Amino acid sequence: MPKLYEIVEKQDLVPGMALFHVYAPMAAKNMKPGQFIILRVNAKGERIPISISGWDSEKGTIRIIIMAAGRTSTEAVALKQGECFQDIVGPLGEQTHLEKVSGTAVVVGGGYGTGAVMPPARAMKAMGNRVVGIIGARSKDLVLLEAEMREVCDDVIVCTNDGSQGVEGFVTDGLKQLMEKEDVSWVLSVGPVPMMQAVANLTKPKEVKTYCSLNAIMVDGTGMCGACRVSVGGKTKFACFHGPDFDAHQVNFEELVQRQKMFLEQEKIAMEKLEEVK
Amino acid sequence: MAELTPKERMAIERHPMPEQRPEDRVKNFDEVPLGFADENAKREAARCLDCKTPQCVEGCPVRIDIPAFIKLIEKGDFDASAKKLRETNFLPAICGRVCPQDQQCELVCIIGKRGKPVAIGSLERFASDYERDNGLRKVPEVAASTGKKVAVVGSGPAGMTAAYEIRKRGHDVTVFEAFHRGGGVLVYGIPRFRLPLAVIDEDINFLEQMGVKFMYNTIVGKSMSLDDLMGPEWGFDSIFVGTGAGLPKMTGVPGENLNGVYSANEYLTRVYLMGANNFPDNVTPLYQGKKVGIIGAGNTAMDAARTAKRLGADVTVYYRRSEEEAPARTEELHHAKEEFITFKFLSNPTEFVGDDNFFIRQIKCDVMELGEADDSGRRRPQPTGESFVDDCDTAIMALGCDVNPIIPTSNPEIEVNKWGVVVANPETGATSKKGVFAGGDLITGGSTVIQAMGQAKVAAAALHEYVMSNGNAFGYWQD
Ligand SMILES: Cc1cc2nc3c(=O)[nH]c(=O)nc-3n(C[C@H](O)[C@H](O)[C@H](O)COP(=O)(O)OP(=O)(O)OC[C@H]3O[C@@H](n4cnc5c(N)ncnc54)[C@H](O)[C@@H]3O)c2cc1C
Ligand SMILES: Cc1cc2nc3c(=O)[nH]c(=O)nc-3n(C[C@H](O)[C@H](O)[C@H](O)COP(=O)(O)OP(=O)(O)OC[C@H]3O[C@@H](n4cnc5c(N)ncnc54)[C@H](O)[C@@H]3O)c2cc1C
Ligand code: SF4
Ligand code: SF4
Ligand code: FES
Ligand SMILES: [Mg+2]
Repeated sequence: MPKLYEIVEKQDLVPGMALFHVYAPMAAKNMKPGQFIILRVNAKGERIPISISGWDSEKGTIRIIIMAAGRTSTEAVALKQGECFQDIVGPLGEQTHLEKVSGTAVVVGGGYGTGAVMPPARAMKAMGNRVVGIIGARSKDLVLLEAEMREVCDDVIVCTNDGSQGVEGFVTDGLKQLMEKEDVSWVLSVGPVPMMQAVANLTKPKEVKTYCSLNAIMVDGTGMCGACRVSVGGKTKFACFHGPDFDAHQVNFEELVQRQKMFLEQEKIAMEKLEEVK
Repeated sequence: MAELTPKERMAIERHPMPEQRPEDRVKNFDEVPLGFADENAKREAARCLDCKTPQCVEGCPVRIDIPAFIKLIEKGDFDASAKKLRETNFLPAICGRVCPQDQQCELVCIIGKRGKPVAIGSLERFASDYERDNGLRKVPEVAASTGKKVAVVGSGPAGMTAAYEIRKRGHDVTVFEAFHRGGGVLVYGIPRFRLPLAVIDEDINFLEQMGVKFMYNTIVGKSMSLDDLMGPEWGFDSIFVGTGAGLPKMTGVPGENLNGVYSANEYLTRVYLMGANNFPDNVTPLYQGKKVGIIGAGNTAMDAARTAKRLGADVTVYYRRSEEEAPARTEELHHAKEEFITFKFLSNPTEFVGDDNFFIRQIKCDVMELGEADDSGRRRPQPTGESFVDDCDTAIMALGCDVNPIIPTSNPEIEVNKWGVVVANPETGATSKKGVFAGGDLITGGSTVIQAMGQAKVAAAALHEYVMSNGNAFGYWQD
């Protein structure tokens, strides 16, 4: 039996990014596509939200992908198999809006989002949808989880900025090409805000139902603090609790980008402190 | 010492609580009141007339035998006094510190009719601190096992009290808590300079020693449902829910989502649950500018104001009514004023103004006046037509909380009223869902620690009756 929050398997994906299978039975038990967990790396650590890219309720494990972005995610990526996270709580948030749609369903993943769209893609497929996955990276060696994406989706479009694989350009270029060929009627995008915003801008004129998973700054993840406030359709929503998935055409992305910078100065200091400790 | 006459007792002046000096305490997070010395406690206790029909007891939501515990202090038997308190109150060290005594027991104390009431709260704190500091506290007795399993959801004062009352009766108790540690608002809301962690943790520790199990990082309604808990997998016979009122109200005024605008919940949680005051040793960040504006004048507002002060800010409290209507405990208002916090009563924020980087820079307010009384009986504030603008680079909104909807929305059979507050029978704490009892802020909206405890006690007694009758005790739950 693994210890609580023990890393039972770790896989380094690309530099600065790792995939973990973690024993967290309470989180694994009731997990649904599109939900997330909050973790702490150690007793002095902060709480950071991480999407779920898979789970096994029987074994009590969850699968997460972490990208080293700053202090806490760097510490997390440095953890080894057999070591433990301090805390993991979940599932948090509402599940993705899943439905049988008339046309093609598309999942767009950038960075860790490639893992995050995997469970919704599976679920959409299981509902009888044709599902196309679009994944992007700077170049061929940085493409994540392609094989698994191919297993889950009917078709996969890889986009690389340098054109070393698939479509040259951004995920939006891949999506644009697909929309010219097929009747796309449902899109979920998870990744950096500029990517989700670009996807929303692309699908808006055609009124394609588009969802995105908002990575607002969070603390508790249960609706208690309001740190994760986002504006959707002109109303304040709590991303952790009403989301994380929202109608991408209604989201005020400019505000989200600004709000993500609230602690920039402190984040720098925290990172410097980590270097010192090392 | 010869027995004092009532006249002599009434001639004794109320002993003021010794406190850290304001100029010192704004530089630390240590407790502000320092507690009574033994002799002073005895002297204060001598002021109590030991009334035949003590009004004070009626004023206490859990009906502590106040004259009895106070007379034991007067006799110098502090340990017995603490034990007396514990007969009715599992958390006297907490209540002695945070109860709004001035609105409860001390409000109706007979001595208060002529002079200052007996310092009941301070004496309660004294006796329980004496017991703790001298290692005299005993693990409460637990009745023989009944074989019944009870889940308690939430580890705030309601959950802690319910766990104690239910475990004491011999049931197997597991507490489920969303956070990584216990205590609820006692930890992530109420500041350390009012309630030290050691006091809370000792109570949690005693629950553990009684055999209460704690499961942290578990959100009931998300990690599992109430039905799961009462189903075959978990096998709980009944559930007490005390998940509090944790959904901060926002004002809706323009600029509310600017950086540097916090809910008090977020601000206080960053500091007191996550330890952001020791950043970067603790990794959770806190952004705070030089001029902090607090919106509201309740306990939460005072806590946020005094915290911001300790973190080095110049603090102003904005409140749309007058000082008289301010809902905070008198003592907290008084403490805040002593700590150089500015109050702008009859000031209603209408806009937060930001800079190009989306950070708040100014707060705009309407100047208000009081008009006719509204439904709550308080005079309604209305704009005078005048307004003003203050510099402000951090704003903290302390406007109260709605009930967190995770439990009700994940369990639609639990009835809520139009404010989303869970409906519970006042005599039993029973909710509309069979086998599920509730208490605390969840059934009242934001209230007090002692109310939460009182309701938990009532619900625990009913829950006991329910499980012992194998689920037959309450008629209205029969199909
Ligand atoms: C719902 C959701 C799902 C996410 N899923 C993943 C995932 O699967 N994998 C992954 O690698 N990352 C994920 N993130 C982002 C991840 O939470 C941040 O990268 C992480 O918090 C950065 O923390 P840090 O200390 O390493 O970096 P910092 O240097 O502290 O922060 C870097 C940036 O991350 C953001 N950030 C900082 N603290 C938080 C916080 N407490 N909550 C949210 N964002 C924060 C800020 O925009 C900040 O500028 C997700 C975020 C959300 C909200
Ligand atoms: C800043 C502040 C200052 C205050 N000052 C005073 C004061 O001086 N005096 C006074 O008497 N009162 C005061 N109060 C009010 C008092 O703290 C509350 O009335 C009291 O804590 C309510 O107790 P509770 O147990 O109902 O809820 P809480 O203390 O809110 O505890 C609820 C617990 O349940 C957990 N939880 C929530 N949802 C779930 C879930 N789905 N599953 C598992 N766990 C869950 C929460 O994490 C929390 O630990 C103050 C409140 C605040 C916010
Ligand atoms: S518990 Fe509160 S109300 Fe009751 S006696 Fe103590 S201080 Fe007064
Ligand atoms: S009302 Fe006042 S004087 Fe009378 S018993 Fe209570 S505390 Fe003592
Ligand atoms: S993270 Fe606290 S309310 Fe969303
Ligand atoms: Mg960080």
